Amino acid sequence: MARMKFLCDADRCIDCNACVTACKNENEVPWGINRRRVVTINDGKPGERSVSMACMHCTDAPCASVCPVKCIYPTEDGIVLHNKDQCIGCGYCFYACPFGAPQYPQVGNFGSRGKMDKCTYCAGGGGPEAPGSAEEYAKYGSNRFGEGKLPMCAEMCSTKSLLAGDGDIIAQLYEERVEKRGYGSGAWGWTTAYHEDVKS
Amino acid sequence: MTAFARIRTAALLLMLFGLTAAPALAQKLGPDGAPNPTASVTNQKTLLERAPRIQGRIDIPDVKASVLMQPMGRTWDYFHEVLLHWGGAAVIVGTVAILALAYLVMGRLRIEAGRSGQTIVRFKAFERFAHWLTAVSFVLLGLTGLNITFGKILLRPLVGPDLFSDISEIAKYVHNFTSFAFVTGLALITVLFFRDNIFRRVDIDWVKQGGGFIKSKHAPAGRFNLGEKMVYWLSVGAGIAVSASGFVLLFPFYGTNIADMQIAQVAHAIIAVLFIALILGHIYIGTLGMEGAFEAMGTGEVDINWAREHHDRWLAEKLEAEGRRASATPAE
Repeated sequence: MARMKFLCDADRCIDCNACVTACKNENEVPWGINRRRVVTINDGKPGERSVSMACMHCTDAPCASVCPVKCIYPTEDGIVLHNKDQCIGCGYCFYACPFGAPQYPQVGNFGSRGKMDKCTYCAGGGGPEAPGSAEEYAKYGSNRFGEGKLPMCAEMCSTKSLLAGDGDIIAQLYEERVEKRGYGSGAWGWTTAYHEDVKS
Repeated sequence: MTAFARIRTAALLLMLFGLTAAPALAQKLGPDGAPNPTASVTNQKTLLERAPRIQGRIDIPDVKASVLMQPMGRTWDYFHEVLLHWGGAAVIVGTVAILALAYLVMGRLRIEAGRSGQTIVRFKAFERFAHWLTAVSFVLLGLTGLNITFGKILLRPLVGPDLFSDISEIAKYVHNFTSFAFVTGLALITVLFFRDNIFRRVDIDWVKQGGGFIKSKHAPAGRFNLGEKMVYWLSVGAGIAVSASGFVLLFPFYGTNIADMQIAQVAHAIIAVLFIALILGHIYIGTLGMEGAFEAMGTGEVDINWAREHHDRWLAEKLEAEGRRASATPAE
C-alpha cells in the first residue's frame, strides 16, 4: 500500500498561490477556511523561500492523538481523515498540529468554532457518507482520490514545486532534482511529519 | 573639490569596499556554473535551531496562519496524551486511595462529647449560597473537564462514539459557560471568608496539638483552623490560576500565539487536576470524614459540642457576642 505524502520543493515555489486557489475551487471551501496556504520565509531578503503548506498527513498524527472524541484517523494510504459528525470543535487539533492545518468556520470564542475542516488530500471525508456522494462533497469537498487522482493543489502547481503521491516516489523525484541542479533547501516539514527526511 | 571629483572618490571607496567584502558575499556556484541559490538559504533545520517556530509572511489577514511550522505541537501532544493521562490518573486515583485509607484507619471523626442538641449559626444563608454556587459549578467543571481528557478512555467505549461525541459537545459548552458561575462564586468566597482565613498565632498551636487528629489532645482554632485556611488559600490561588488560563482558552488567539495557547492549556490542566485532588479531600472531611461537619454548609447551624471540639475560640467569641452560655455540657 502506498504511503501518500506532500513535498514542497521550496526552490521552485514562486508564491503564486495557484495551489491555494485550486484547493478552494476544487473543494468549495467556505470563506475564511484555508486548507492550504503559502508562507514566505525571509521575505524580501537574500535566501527568501516560499513554502506551500497544508495538512501533511503525518505519521502518528498528533491531531488524531489529542482529539478528545477520536474523530481523526489515518486511512490505509496514510491519509489523515476526520468525521465531522463527531467533531466537537474543541480546537485541540490546532494546538497539536505542527503545520497549522486544522481550520474552523468561526472565530471560536466560548468554544464556538464549529466543525474542524482541513485538507483531505482530495480524498473525501472520514464520515459515514458514501464516497463520491453529494453529501460527502458538501461536507468535505472533492473525492478525487477515490477516482484514482492526486490532490488538485499539486496537480495545478505551475512550477511542479508541490509534489503529491507515494512518499517514496516523490522523495526520489526530489532527490533527483537536487542532484541535477546541485542544491535544495530540503523537504520542508518531513522530519516533523514523517519522522524521516529525504536523502539529500 | 568639484562635485565630479567627489563622486569619483565615493565610487572608488565603494569599489574598495566591494573588493574587501566580496569574499564574504561570494556566491557558491552550482555544477552548471550558475550561482547556487541555496548558499544564503536558511533551511528548516537552522531556522528551528534559532527559534521554536518557523514564521514568515502570508497573504491572508490571519497572523496564526503565518506560522509555517511548530514542532512543539508534538511535544504538546506528548503532554496531553502521556503525561496528563498518567499524571492526572495517578493524582486523582492516589487521592481517592489516601482518603479511603484514612477512612479505614481513622474512621469517621465523631463528636466525642456527643450531640448537645443545641446549635449555633456557623454560615449565613448568603455564605452558603456562595459556597454552593462555587461547589456545584466546580463539580460540573471538573466532570466536563475530566471528560475532555479521560472521556475517550473511560466513557467512549461504554456509550459508543456517536453518543460520546454528543455528550462531549454538550459538556464543552457546559464547561465554557459554567466558568462564569464559578468565577462569581470564587470571588464571593474570597471576599466573604477573607478575614477569618488570615493566619494567626493560634494556627501554630493547632499544628502543635496535632491538628485534631490526636484524640488525647485538643487543637485550638478560631472560625477556621489551619487545615481549612490551607484549603481556602490553595483554592483561591488555584481558582484564580485556573480561571485566568481558562479565559485565555475561551478567547483563542486574542493577543496570544500558538505557544501561549499550548502553555495555557498545560497550566489549566495541571492546576485543575491538583485542584480536584484538593477538593476531593475537602469533600471527604466535610461529609464522610467528620460527624457534624456537613451541617455547617447544609443547614448553616452546627452542634455546640462540635463547635467546642473543633473551633473553641470561635465558639467562645460567638457565644460572648450573643450573650448566652452553653449549658448542655460543661466545659472540660
